[in-house]
Amino acid sequence: MPWEKERNMTEKQKKISLLDVEKVAGLARLGLTPEEKAKLGGQLNDILVYMEKLDELETSGIEPLAHILPLQNVLREDRVREGLSQEQALWNAPEKKDGLFKVPLVLE
Amino acid sequence: MTTKHRHETNLIFSKKKLYETVIGLEVHVQLKSRTKIFCGCAAGSGGEPNTRVCPICLGFPGVLPVLNRKVLELAVRAGLALNCEVSEFSKFDRKNYFYPDLPKAYQISQFDLPLNGPGYLDLRLEGKTRRIGITRAHLEEDAGKLVHFENDGFSGVDYNRTGVPLLEIVSDPDLRSPREASGYLKAIRSIMRYIDVSDCDMEKGSFRCDANISLRPVGSEKLGVKVEIKNMNSFKGVERAIAYEVERQREALESGEEIIQETRLYNADSQKTFSMRSKEEAHDYRYFPDPDLTPIVLEREWIEGIRSSLPELPDPRGDRFQEQYGLPEYDAGVLTAERQLADYFEAAAALTTKYKTLSNWIMVELLGKLNEADLEIKDSPVSPIQMAGLISLIEKGAISGKIGKQVFAEMFKTGKEAEVVVEEKGLLQISDTGELDRIVEEVISNNPGPVDDYRGGKKQALGFLVGQIMKATRGKANPGLVNQLLRDKLYNP
Ligand SMILES: [Zn+2]
Repeated sequence: MPWEKERNMTEKQKKISLLDVEKVAGLARLGLTPEEKAKLGGQLNDILVYMEKLDELETSGIEPLAHILPLQNVLREDRVREGLSQEQALWNAPEKKDGLFKVPLVLE
Repeated sequence: MTTKHRHETNLIFSKKKLYETVIGLEVHVQLKSRTKIFCGCAAGSGGEPNTRVCPICLGFPGVLPVLNRKVLELAVRAGLALNCEVSEFSKFDRKNYFYPDLPKAYQISQFDLPLNGPGYLDLRLEGKTRRIGITRAHLEEDAGKLVHFENDGFSGVDYNRTGVPLLEIVSDPDLRSPREASGYLKAIRSIMRYIDVSDCDMEKGSFRCDANISLRPVGSEKLGVKVEIKNMNSFKGVERAIAYEVERQREALESGEEIIQETRLYNADSQKTFSMRSKEEAHDYRYFPDPDLTPIVLEREWIEGIRSSLPELPDPRGDRFQEQYGLPEYDAGVLTAERQLADYFEAAAALTTKYKTLSNWIMVELLGKLNEADLEIKDSPVSPIQMAGLISLIEKGAISGKIGKQVFAEMFKTGKEAEVVVEEKGLLQISDTGELDRIVEEVISNNPGPVDDYRGGKKQALGFLVGQIMKATRGKANPGLVNQLLRDKLYNP
């Protein structure tokens, strides 16, 4: 990988392959040039190496956190609240048709 | 075994191997709240497109979804009715994928900590009971609706349905035949309607089902490669789709083909399943906890409070109907399938002791007329009290069962009491021996042929004579009395 040479990585520091970068980009529907893949791959690898520092902490007795704030059961009552009109809802749509958002044909 | 029953067997016989069918179902039940799961938009169906939407369900940046308290209660209610372990701690996660009906590009669902954990349903089918495991029942939001304009080369999206609350009930792979699959679905639907958490209207889409199907050699513990079937819109459709898919897989396995893990769509017209263009990496949803929503922490006491508010469920109620009212299993099953119908029976049963007669009248006449008029039991023009009134007239011998049907039809049409109808139409049964005597004698003297036949030993001839008397009285004669008088007069002329 380009970033492995660039950064003089040891085997242990190699966290992500070009294939991983392409897969993640594909899932996010991002079309990347070879240069972008190299640059972002290096950055992602750095992040993963950095995150590995957390492994040094002893976490076996700690409950996984579901939320970063000490909040729970934030609920609302089942009451109707006026939303947007059809016109407002479609305001920013690049294309519309008969009250619908128009998108390229999707067929199952 | 006849062809009709071919798909009902659990084991598929083939020349080389014996296969077992393994089916798991994912049922989506639309919960009956006024508003959507995370915003205040009305949750109803239909209407002009994109008129029940707001920045939250349209996924605008910077908005904050908040869980609907009613939805949480309904989901816990449903979980308890399915014997699930309701979690004291659960959370929401984002399921990431791109599709135009999903404005945020993720669906809010529950991944590793669902609201309702393992449960079960005791499935009763053809006299046997089998426990079907329920893996989980979790909350999630519905997606929007796509309308395709193939000729013009585009699709349109209506987000009214986006954010409508769904409970996804996932079964263990415990079902073994198409019949069991549809039986399980009907049982789930019946329970959900009983506890009033959903309308479960398959046509309107408030009750949807996907099936995972695989075959494995009998005796093998390992599950075969599973195929997911979508787009089954009726109970019959589910049975047919699964039966077709089982057959397809068996043929493939026999000819040495490999089953590919894929999603197939059922087409109700051709009654076949078709492979969907499988999207690569379609199942890499990269779930992660939704930071916009707080965890749900439930207290035991609160959960038990909901449990104690659950009504008696269909199967236990059916058992009680058999015991308390002495009804056959079939009657009890029909009468308790819908809560309102069972309530109707019990309201009328409080006013009569002829439970089996009552059951017959409800199952045959009332359900028949309701069906004809496309009415639900709650809209019945004949109330349980009026029904009991009709039955007591029959029991007293004031009218015959046959006349009762006429009376019932009139009651159904006009909403009048049975007694009023009988009075107005002059349908009171003739139990007066003097009047009947005269008619019986007349019939005997007008029909010498059949009379001789009867006296000569042809007992069937009696039926003809009874018929003549009924005709002469327009059905109002007391049948017991007619038989008695006729026999007396035929033997002692
Ligand atoms: Zn909304």
